[in-house]
Amino acid sequence: MTGERVTATPEAREAIQRLKREVGPIMFYQPGGCFDGSLPICFKLVEFIIGENDIFLGKVDGTPVYIDSRQYEEWKNTQLVLDVAPGESVGFSIAAGDNLHFVTKSNFMKADFVIR
Amino acid sequence: METLVEHKSLRTRRIYAMPGQPGSIVSVKAKYENFIGGRWIKPSMGHYMDDLSPVNGRRITKVPRSTMEDVELALDAAHEDKDAWAETSLADRAMVLNRIADAIELNLEMLSVAETYESGKPVRETLNQDIPLAADHFRYFAGATRTLEGSITEIDRDTVSYHFHEPVGVVAQIIPFNFPILLAAWKIAPALAAGNCTIVKPSSSTPWSILKLMELIQDIVPPGVVNVITGPGPEIGRALASNRRVAKVAFTGKTVTGKLIMQYTAENLIPSTTELGGKSPNIFFEDVMSKDDEFREKAIEGLVLYAFNKGEVSTCPSRALIQESVYHEFMDLALDKIRRIKEGNPFDTSTQVGPQASEQQLEKVMAYVDIGKQEGAKLLIGGHRAKVAESIKDGYYFEPTVFEGDNRMRIFQEEIFGPVLSVTTFKDEADAVRIANDSAFGLGAGVWTRDSMRAYRIGRAIKAGRVWINNYHIYPAGPAFSGYRISGIGGENHKMMLDQYTQTKNLLISYNSKPMGLF
Repeated sequence: MTGERVTATPEAREAIQRLKREVGPIMFYQPGGCFDGSLPICFKLVEFIIGENDIFLGKVDGTPVYIDSRQYEEWKNTQLVLDVAPGESVGFSIAAGDNLHFVTKSNFMKADFVIR
Repeated sequence: METLVEHKSLRTRRIYAMPGQPGSIVSVKAKYENFIGGRWIKPSMGHYMDDLSPVNGRRITKVPRSTMEDVELALDAAHEDKDAWAETSLADRAMVLNRIADAIELNLEMLSVAETYESGKPVRETLNQDIPLAADHFRYFAGATRTLEGSITEIDRDTVSYHFHEPVGVVAQIIPFNFPILLAAWKIAPALAAGNCTIVKPSSSTPWSILKLMELIQDIVPPGVVNVITGPGPEIGRALASNRRVAKVAFTGKTVTGKLIMQYTAENLIPSTTELGGKSPNIFFEDVMSKDDEFREKAIEGLVLYAFNKGEVSTCPSRALIQESVYHEFMDLALDKIRRIKEGNPFDTSTQVGPQASEQQLEKVMAYVDIGKQEGAKLLIGGHRAKVAESIKDGYYFEPTVFEGDNRMRIFQEEIFGPVLSVTTFKDEADAVRIANDSAFGLGAGVWTRDSMRAYRIGRAIKAGRVWINNYHIYPAGPAFSGYRISGIGGENHKMMLDQYTQTKNLLISYNSKPMGLF
């Protein structure tokens, strides 16, 4: 793994490419654990209004990933890895495919990867 | 646990047959339809989705994978009938709500077993909590309907101001997976009591049990007053929450979705209520250990309540704060009780913990256990998928788990929504309050002490919408349930919800024929 704040598995990248073709530009938002918790939310790019309290983490194949600033405090030492897993998408997140949903895996980063 | 009604099955063990199996008290059709305008309507596009049971990972039935067209059909039905319902007399409105309660009570065991199959919660909980509370909720709002009053103010001798509380019209209500029937009742009852029609969208992982409820009340509720459509959140939830024909949105779910709902409703300038997440502290003072008595036993059970509904409760007491002077002796007793928790077949009335609601939930719980370990928290018990009988081995069972750690760790700050407790210690009252309030959430809290003045002080100092003192997880209709901070904006369970489902109309009347004289 590199020191990027956010990255994705090949399966997640494939799903992102397909969604870009099917629904247009998309984005990810990483909420704190709540109900479906650590699952990232995939929105159409203009659907969710990014505000003063959201932090841009990086892009995966051109798709932006944001995190709530409170969450960012907790997750400073974590690298987010977008992945897909079997099962329907829950909440308002766009599904990653037929019976597939996006998930986030956390890699605890070494101190020198931390961007302050 | 204190209960409103103790079902007889808790005194004599019983194992209910799984729905659809021979001898079951619950019938399951191969396929269900949307409930719109008092009738069962096929989805416009003809698509269905599987509803899986967390008990064994197998399909319960198929329900509509609805689309925008179905949302419009439901809105048509609700709008057609909204005036008739709004003009229904208070006595008749209350009668409908009471009859819904009667139907739920008459079918208590059937609905409990169906809810257990749908959500995985142990039948001892559905029989004693979910379903009786759902019935009582309708009764509470049936009563509240009769108390609806406007006001009259005599501005001066001849000028009078009248306030009327008019129904807002057609509302959208989005229900989560953790209490599919009870939280639907929390929403439907006040909306109807205030004279509105509703479109209910159950969670896509628990869409069936509420349809069983609709089968029971379809001839009780006038057509179009309650409509249920099933389907994926991204399409149906969104289509409802952003629709201009919806006058109010009520949502229970995660914080980010709550934010999205409020963005949609801001666009249409309509109100919303959002009941969101929590990471509730449960605080145990040293005096609970001063006697070996019934209260000490109650306090220990109070800690173990984190496993209630397998931890899938927004008010789950998922952070235990224990005074350091009694930490070890208290935790020894608590861990002993946790070790003896019976997990497995939720249809067995002696089972205390059932499976997580879905595979996604199980994955999430496992991910957090991993995070806890990586953060350096100490695993005191559990931490693995639970071993259960062969017949249900594909269900989503996880062991009740306890970590010891620091309140700044992610497992203390993020809602796990599973049977995972994070425990830490505190020195004195000030330290307890500081740790309790060190959270982005503010939904529930528990305080356990024999000192009632201390209980009051701490209860007032904690920033949470509901503080339970010497009890926990009790949800009678009446006490208001709402969050501080990112736990949402609400007030459910209390008759104040009638205000949230009505529009205040003012008539300002002059009974004087004399001109003002300005022009």
